[in-house]
Amino acid sequence: MKPTPDIVVIGGGNAALCAAITAAEAGAQVLILEAAPKPYRGGNSRHTRNFRCMHDGPLGPLVESYSEDEYFADLMKVTGGKTHEALARLAIRTSEECLPWMEAHGVRFQPSLSGTLSLARTNAFFLGGGKGLVNAYYRTAAKLGVAVEYEAKVTHLEVEDGRVVYLDYTQNDITHRLEPKSVVVASGGFQADTDWLARAWGPAAKNFLIRGTPYNRGVVLADLLDQGVEQVGDPTQCHSVAIDGRAPKYDGGIVTRLDCVPFSIVVNKHAERFYDEGEDVWPKRYAIWGRLVAAQPDQVGYAIIDAQSLDLFMPSVFPPIKADTLEELARMMGLPEDKLRATVDAFNASCGDTRGFKPTELDGVSTKGLTPPKTNWARSITQAPFYGYSLRTGVTFTYLGLKVDETAQCSIGNRPVSNLWAAGETMAGSILGQGYLAGFGMTIGTVFGRIAGAEAAKHAS
Amino acid sequence: MQADLIQEARRQAEICNACRYCEGYCSVFPALHANRAFSDGDITQLANLCHNCRGCYYACQYTAPHEFDLNLPAALADVRQDSWEEFAFPRVVARAFQRNGMAITIAVTLCFALLFTLAKWVGPSDGEGFYAVLSHNLMVAIFAPAFLAPLASIAISLRRYWVATGGGPVRFAHVRAAFQSAATLRNLAGGHGEGCNFEDEDRFTQARRLAHQAVLYGFALCFASTASGTVLHYAFDMSAPYGLLSLPKLLGIPGGIMMTFGAVWLLDLKRKADPHLGAAQARSGEVAFIALLGFVALSGLVLYAMGQTALMPTLLALHLGSVLGFFLLMPYTKMAHGFYRLAALIRDAQRH
Repeated sequence: MKPTPDIVVIGGGNAALCAAITAAEAGAQVLILEAAPKPYRGGNSRHTRNFRCMHDGPLGPLVESYSEDEYFADLMKVTGGKTHEALARLAIRTSEECLPWMEAHGVRFQPSLSGTLSLARTNAFFLGGGKGLVNAYYRTAAKLGVAVEYEAKVTHLEVEDGRVVYLDYTQNDITHRLEPKSVVVASGGFQADTDWLARAWGPAAKNFLIRGTPYNRGVVLADLLDQGVEQVGDPTQCHSVAIDGRAPKYDGGIVTRLDCVPFSIVVNKHAERFYDEGEDVWPKRYAIWGRLVAAQPDQVGYAIIDAQSLDLFMPSVFPPIKADTLEELARMMGLPEDKLRATVDAFNASCGDTRGFKPTELDGVSTKGLTPPKTNWARSITQAPFYGYSLRTGVTFTYLGLKVDETAQCSIGNRPVSNLWAAGETMAGSILGQGYLAGFGMTIGTVFGRIAGAEAAKHAS
Repeated sequence: MQADLIQEARRQAEICNACRYCEGYCSVFPALHANRAFSDGDITQLANLCHNCRGCYYACQYTAPHEFDLNLPAALADVRQDSWEEFAFPRVVARAFQRNGMAITIAVTLCFALLFTLAKWVGPSDGEGFYAVLSHNLMVAIFAPAFLAPLASIAISLRRYWVATGGGPVRFAHVRAAFQSAATLRNLAGGHGEGCNFEDEDRFTQARRLAHQAVLYGFALCFASTASGTVLHYAFDMSAPYGLLSLPKLLGIPGGIMMTFGAVWLLDLKRKADPHLGAAQARSGEVAFIALLGFVALSGLVLYAMGQTALMPTLLALHLGSVLGFFLLMPYTKMAHGFYRLAALIRDAQRH
């Protein structure tokens, strides 16, 4: 029989590992229960690539400076003001000391990736991406004596009189019960449970693709919410982007993203345009297209470009569908041929002077008299061959989660649950009400993972 | 070239090109990311640029059981292996030896037999020391062609490689960049300077880099030792045996020790590493080649240590037999990788 650990950390991604490492360094016996098998360990952290970090002057791979106020303003912009200011500022301020902590615990950084130069000042990229980070943390945790069980699915935490008295997990069909002194929940959102998504979103959610791990099914989250642990966030809110419609149902990750939208027209299954494809540069717009596509019939969209635009964006994992005529392309993509022809003709007729076309900046080359308009990069689609990509909604994570305070502690009513803390995506809704800022998820996970680990260890000692 | 191997590597490269998380590990990724589409020549160049550090495999979010099933180190190793067989002259010899440790063993055994035969019935002369077993002229008559003919073969192979990968005129700066990279094995440094993955999954260590360089620099010292002996013999009329403080010994003894030690270390690392991240089919050929290198070095050291005993003629035949086998097989064993790697590094320097 294994000894009962002081602390159980539920989950095996960035936040869980930061909590486990911090707690182990404080002297606690820590057990990580990771639901995934070892090759898939790390939750959505496996798919991440960078960490948004405040800094005063160059820091590690980051150039220039990125102040607390600028960082916070960036956050307010994407969340439309739906941000918990105190917790957000705590995450932002602490991010600066996290970067050296991450390096000290094995994480290595690399210069901003090709195609992402706009992030060189604000986001520190992990060498090898998020799985490289996760691997490094597992190595560090092992050295500190942290035990890890894979395929260990926590099914229930028994909350009584304001504390967790025991938890159950199953592994190889055997149920185990543990009575740790402290528990840290870092097991993500519920986006991989499409039934839950469908309850929140309606049946359309069944057509969504899940960009990340299939193991974030929200079992622990639902179990705690059912027992009255405070929740935060709107269940209909999730971070979603438009990804290649041919992507796998789960775990497609970064390579399924499509960057062609600003140079295309996007139509629905009736070959009708529905939104301004050129509203802003792509890094500032990709996150709204998940919702736009979700609102279309069958939750599908089709981006159409011509030969002039093929090399203007990053290649994606699936080659585009290619045809010599628009009619043939429509046939290959299952779109009404006449309608697509009419939509493209109307678009082309509204394109004006395109001499100012500049793919790398807002060029103001817009349509005239078209609804909806295309306000930048509006260049007529005339040069064969024509290319098409199908678009679907890819969900990254959900916002409904556990409400925590600045010590990452959970509560019931106004009373804290004395031995329960949460970190990472499962509590990100405490900070963000909607919207997302690239690399902020890893900031929340690292900052609150470390806080949760320290608090859990303090309680256990 | 085997189209299916190239196609599989191309499939994987296209996924990598949409991800780019591994950009900082080595030279392969910046070269890969510079393309949108990959010709057969592009894939061949990437394959030979890859040092099999495995960083990209262990960091990859798309390895099996994921349906994308990425294993770029293995895909490139297979193409690389195939390219060496394809570009070799004559091709049929490379096909016989590259993947086949037994063939290497048999060939080297035949070299031993040849040397024993020569030492017993043909070679003995009135020379001193080793030359009493095999005359100097006979040694030169055997080893000069056994060294130069393989080099000529390799020159033909490199020419084929250059054409296939679209290389341009070589400038000094390209060569310098390539040698600087090879001298430090920069591509096994992991981007962060902490080494590569190999013998313990995703742990970064300097072991493989150090072991390889022990063999490489040891080999260079041994080669310099032989070259210095040749110069002493012809230019200064000083013939072997040389004393401990002579140039051939000062270069050769540390070189032999480094080579022996490095080869044993490499074999041990290889034993621990996952064969499915390399050219799995070529494993026996690779192991036999490393063992042969180690044997060349160790037999040279033993020959020096026991050169004054009655075992000397036997040891000399063994050492010279292994050296002969090593040289003759140079274009057709893993030894070829050094030449192709340099060519790929020079070719990569031309991108900048």
